[in-house]
Amino acid sequence: MGLSGLAIYKLLPKTNCKECGFPTCLAFAMKLAALQAELSACPYVSEEAKAALDAASAPPIRLVTVGSGERKVEAGNETVLFRHEKTFYHQPGVFYRLRDDEPPEALASKVKAIASYKVERVGISLSASGVAIENKSGNAQAFGACVAQAVAAGMPVILISDSPAALEAGLKAAQGMSPLIYAAIDGNWEAMAALAMQYKVPLAVRGSGDLSALAEMTQKLDGKGVKDIVLDPGTRNWGDSLTAFIQLRRLALKKNLRALGFPIIAFPGEGAADEEDEALRAAQCVAKYAGYVVLERFDPATLYPLLTLRQNIYTDPQKPIQVSPGLYEIGKPGPQSPLLVTTNFSLTYFSVAGEVEGSGIPAWLLIADAEGMSVLTAWAAGKFDADRIAKSVSTTGVPNKINHKKIIIPGYVASISGDLEESLPGWQVLVGPREAIGIPSFLKVYAQSA
Amino acid sequence: MAVSVPIPKETWSGKIREVTLGALPADGGSRGKTVTVGGETTLPFLHFEGQIPHPPAVAVEVMDQPPKDWSPILLQAWGNVVSDPAAWAKKAEEIGADLIALSLDSAHPERGNTGAKEARAVVRQVLKATTLPLIIYGPGQADKDNEVLVAAAEEAAGERVALGNCEDKNYRTIVAAALANNQLVVARTPIDVNLCKQLNILISDMRLDLTRILSDPTTGALGYGLEYTYSVIERLKLAALSGDGMTQQPMIVTAGYEAWRAKETRVNEGVPAEWGDWDKRSRLWETMTATALLEAGANIVVTRHPTTVPVLKRTINGLMNAAS
Repeated sequence: MGLSGLAIYKLLPKTNCKECGFPTCLAFAMKLAALQAELSACPYVSEEAKAALDAASAPPIRLVTVGSGERKVEAGNETVLFRHEKTFYHQPGVFYRLRDDEPPEALASKVKAIASYKVERVGISLSASGVAIENKSGNAQAFGACVAQAVAAGMPVILISDSPAALEAGLKAAQGMSPLIYAAIDGNWEAMAALAMQYKVPLAVRGSGDLSALAEMTQKLDGKGVKDIVLDPGTRNWGDSLTAFIQLRRLALKKNLRALGFPIIAFPGEGAADEEDEALRAAQCVAKYAGYVVLERFDPATLYPLLTLRQNIYTDPQKPIQVSPGLYEIGKPGPQSPLLVTTNFSLTYFSVAGEVEGSGIPAWLLIADAEGMSVLTAWAAGKFDADRIAKSVSTTGVPNKINHKKIIIPGYVASISGDLEESLPGWQVLVGPREAIGIPSFLKVYAQSA
Repeated sequence: MAVSVPIPKETWSGKIREVTLGALPADGGSRGKTVTVGGETTLPFLHFEGQIPHPPAVAVEVMDQPPKDWSPILLQAWGNVVSDPAAWAKKAEEIGADLIALSLDSAHPERGNTGAKEARAVVRQVLKATTLPLIIYGPGQADKDNEVLVAAAEEAAGERVALGNCEDKNYRTIVAAALANNQLVVARTPIDVNLCKQLNILISDMRLDLTRILSDPTTGALGYGLEYTYSVIERLKLAALSGDGMTQQPMIVTAGYEAWRAKETRVNEGVPAEWGDWDKRSRLWETMTATALLEAGANIVVTRHPTTVPVLKRTINGLMNAAS
């Protein structure tokens, strides 16, 4: 939470030298409070004032980065409790736990499967974020070898052990990869803090359900210079986890409690009854505030729904995902190929484009500017009517590309056929299926009759 | 350096209304139990902050004719009962459903065009086969909804069934039927806080008590607009707890219908291998849609797959048992 203009004014030199570009120190302070000026514009500001202002302008939940390069996972910097208030910014990382006592071949194939998992949804590539390697063997060397394997696959890693010696072996194997170390607890925190400082890596703290004790621990770590902290409140069942995660978010955002202003790490598989229970607990973590989610069981059938949920929850409510209006070629359409029209809501576009492509029949797909709404919503809002469709037919140069005058509209807007035939004189309007899934059979019939 | 972290509680002035479905013999019905939802004075499952007197309820959808366009996964899971609504309802009760959502699908002009007589018969059979309270859905076409829902309301007089969907275009007839026969209504609006409020006002202007209205904010499935429903429910709950009396109805969501319409659950041919096992992914599509909406604040989840019921009951049980 920022300081008020008056509070900032008290920290300034109060000389009104104007070198910052504002007439008085007070005016400058007001601009700083409104985030419309930078403190560096004042050449005379004291170091104490700088530190105080920096601390006050730091985000309420610290941004922590695990991993490096393209696959790095950032969590934190969130500003709201509910996505409709603004948006959620940093999608939680989805990690899989592997144990260093597994046979090396089994481990290698798991690492490969997790690292190579990739699926596209509404034009966005989704994948698992990384692996969390646990020192189950008790052997530091085995742990280091296992970590090296994951690092070689290019994935961000979380190193799990309560033993600083084992963690150090892992840290050596993951030099430069900024792994997260898990976890500092009462008995080891000083050694853990030393490791985090020496290797410049973020450090997770595991509590036992008591948030006061958790805050006390982060303050002790802060005292040792550890700034990048991740919180595990230690709760492991549905209800207590929800309570703890919501309390942590509220304390950081509404009470401005710095000691708990860090991203959260969750282990939904611990205590889960089965695979489905784990996936649903993970869903709760995605909806309610986790920054890193560590799962036990890698399976595309559970990962794909979970990544879809994450995409949904983290979509900016002010900006639905859209595609650019225009005339799209699916396959290699010619002048005789069918012409379909739909809206520029990205889910609509990708559903329709996917089915047209799957039909094997090349086609022209006209995407009208419906302000990013789906077919029915756009139609109800007057953004997908005969005028708009007719306009996009002419602005995208459809008549230059095709030599017929047939346009296929979505089944849900069958009622605009008449208006559209009036707006497009000489054209024949065909009513397509209501759902994209019906397009392949529709196009087959169309192709046969054409 | 002992630290004492305060428990961050909000103070709410409002409360979700309690709505009871079903009536016992003593109250003019024939149900073996009633189901009450709502009554909470805090956001979902925050027991440290307020009262949550009733867990969310799980309803199972039963069709009045064998479904033609359902995913093979669902048809296989239910087996023969899909051709007998009474047996289907009985089976749903056995697996732990709280409510039966009977869909008068055959009344749709393109799916059988049956009328009042058939609707009465199936309502009678299902009431006999199960002791659970009912939600009864029309086929979703205004004229036919009016015809068969009025008949259903009369046939189930006194049973406190919820009649749906009551929308701005047809609410008058359905509300009148509810008033005349001691029933409830499911008031559905298209993902919009103000439209939801407005419909509640229109319905209560007809003198139907607010304790007889469930709000359906319209459901988007996982990957198909879930986030819109999620946020509209959160906004309605926040308004309700802040004291806005026309947003305090318990919420009902149709997670089953929407999830099983998604391509991910409908087909397995030509889909990416990364979608994983069809059966597992499909069932999760429904349970994850439902779980996310429960976290947002849904009070009744209408579902389709038989294994969804115990899974959601386990989730709800876990969420109802947090420290207060």
